Amino acid sequence: METHHADAGYLAAQARIRAISVGLTVQKVRERFIEFLMFLCAASSIAITCGIVWVLLAESWHFFRNISLVDFLTDTQWTVLFENPRYGIMPLVTGTLVTSGIALLVALPLGTTIAIYLSEYANARVREILKPVLELLSAVPTVVFGYFALLFITPLLQQILPDLPGFNMLSAGIVIGIMIIPYVSSLSEDAMKAVPVHIREGSYAMGATRFQTAIRVLIPSAFSGIASAYVLGFSRAVGETMVVAVAAGTQPNLTLNPMEGAATITAYIVQVSLGDLPHGSVAYQSIFAAGLTLMCMTLVFNIAGYLLRKRYREIY
Amino acid sequence: MVEPENIEKRLSNNRRFDTIFAVIGLISTFVGMITLAALLFDLSTDGLGRISFQFFTSFPSRFASQAGILSAWVGTTLVMIVTALTAIPMGVGAGVYLEEYAPKNWFTGLIEINIANLAGVPSIVYGLMALGLFVYQFKFGQSILSAGLTLALLILPIVIVATRESIRAVPSSMREAAYALGATKWQTTRDHVLPYSMGGILTGVIISLSRAIGETAPLITIGALTFIAFLPDPPIKGEFPFVSFDWLWSPFSVMPIQMFNWVSRPQQEFHLNAAATGLILMVMTLLMNGVAIYFRYRFRKRIKW
Repeated sequence: METHHADAGYLAAQARIRAISVGLTVQKVRERFIEFLMFLCAASSIAITCGIVWVLLAESWHFFRNISLVDFLTDTQWTVLFENPRYGIMPLVTGTLVTSGIALLVALPLGTTIAIYLSEYANARVREILKPVLELLSAVPTVVFGYFALLFITPLLQQILPDLPGFNMLSAGIVIGIMIIPYVSSLSEDAMKAVPVHIREGSYAMGATRFQTAIRVLIPSAFSGIASAYVLGFSRAVGETMVVAVAAGTQPNLTLNPMEGAATITAYIVQVSLGDLPHGSVAYQSIFAAGLTLMCMTLVFNIAGYLLRKRYREIY
Repeated sequence: MVEPENIEKRLSNNRRFDTIFAVIGLISTFVGMITLAALLFDLSTDGLGRISFQFFTSFPSRFASQAGILSAWVGTTLVMIVTALTAIPMGVGAGVYLEEYAPKNWFTGLIEINIANLAGVPSIVYGLMALGLFVYQFKFGQSILSAGLTLALLILPIVIVATRESIRAVPSSMREAAYALGATKWQTTRDHVLPYSMGGILTGVIISLSRAIGETAPLITIGALTFIAFLPDPPIKGEFPFVSFDWLWSPFSVMPIQMFNWVSRPQQEFHLNAAATGLILMVMTLLMNGVAIYFRYRFRKRIKW
């Protein structure tokens, strides 16, 4: 009887150990499976990039089989939707550069001033309130900003400049500039904040004011971070679509005069997409060539920014 | 050599300029806020009169006074459901993987650089990618499914970055305590790391969804309609099997596109409709951002390690 009992206990224990080890194996498999799933999520970001590059290159390749690259870069007319189409990207590029140029003229001085103010002048409480409110600017839907540019800023500017047409690059550029202020100011402020306190204190000890310290010590020290902020601001301005599509017009126009209307690369893509173009036509492929040009422009600026940052990097 | 009285003068000049700059800084900060206020004021004066029950329950129309945003808000809601169901699991999964699991090797580095770069890609380029890939390659068509997936990819970097930041704020002593009690890595993550970082993740998710709601350009690119006078197939049916996913394949419009359509018309009356739609969009995004800021503030206050 006694031995029987012991045997039963022994067997039960053995069964339990077996069950636990099976459980552990199941658990290990489950852990691996979950890890693999999450790895797929992370790796999908690479797939997105590959998808973007592949689609842009493949469709543009079809486009450039029909249209020579030289014409694309040197022709001064972009009349894809007309009877005798011409494919010179330059009018769209100038439109894009003028609107983003104006945007940067607005956003860089204002953004940098705000960054200096928030990081060096404002006390913690003021900063806690001002910063989130300022960041709301980048949360407003861009089409709402388009409405604002067309039906508020343009009439306002027309009071000062009576000859200003209803569609113009000036008001679109100004509104984009205000829109990207938070991108410029937040990143610049972070960069200034990251400058060690002892460097500031050295400057104050020499009798410099906060303004002198900011201009002569902080900006040079934080230059690499500020440069990234500027590059991000430029990327945003170049890629901005709805404001220009609403307020700057859809007529390609080879001009550097901001008082005229002109289509940008992004506005052209929107204009074509609104129509019903057959899949595979040259006009359909042209929006991918335009998109590729846009990506190249931001890429060039990002590389320039990277080189600039590397050249002026300060290490403490 | 500078005379002593000149030094005094220069110092007081410097100080005066310092004060002037403080004022300039404050004014610059207010430029943004004044714009925001002017925007809200402009939209309200033009659009508030158009907002009524009828505006929410009518289809777009040739007559501005009868037009409404029914198909647009239904479209926005359905697209957002697809976006949220795709972007949240993928983004949180990727964030958890990169913070908790990823080995330090070249591939992880590549993923990290890639996510940083994706955040800077113009949204319209996502639209082009979706047009080539989802609409034509995968044959999803110009549908709610394509639109939801496009916006999900667009906001994925925001969700990933927010998840990583809030996971990083969880001290490693929490994880070590769980490991010491025999918890596995996934159990630790699920029961301890994720609950503690939920506030930050939620903030990021809300902000990213508020961005997706206002996004217009990529959806125009994949072929959203600007005039649509019917609703997608309802997701819940009267007869078996009660649920239907036909709406995923339906053509659609969303609120910002409806607004764009109205603002591009020359007639003044349609501009009023655009203002009303813009006001609704503004209130929605500002509310979502307000909630997000509140969450961030509350969770930061509540957790004391």
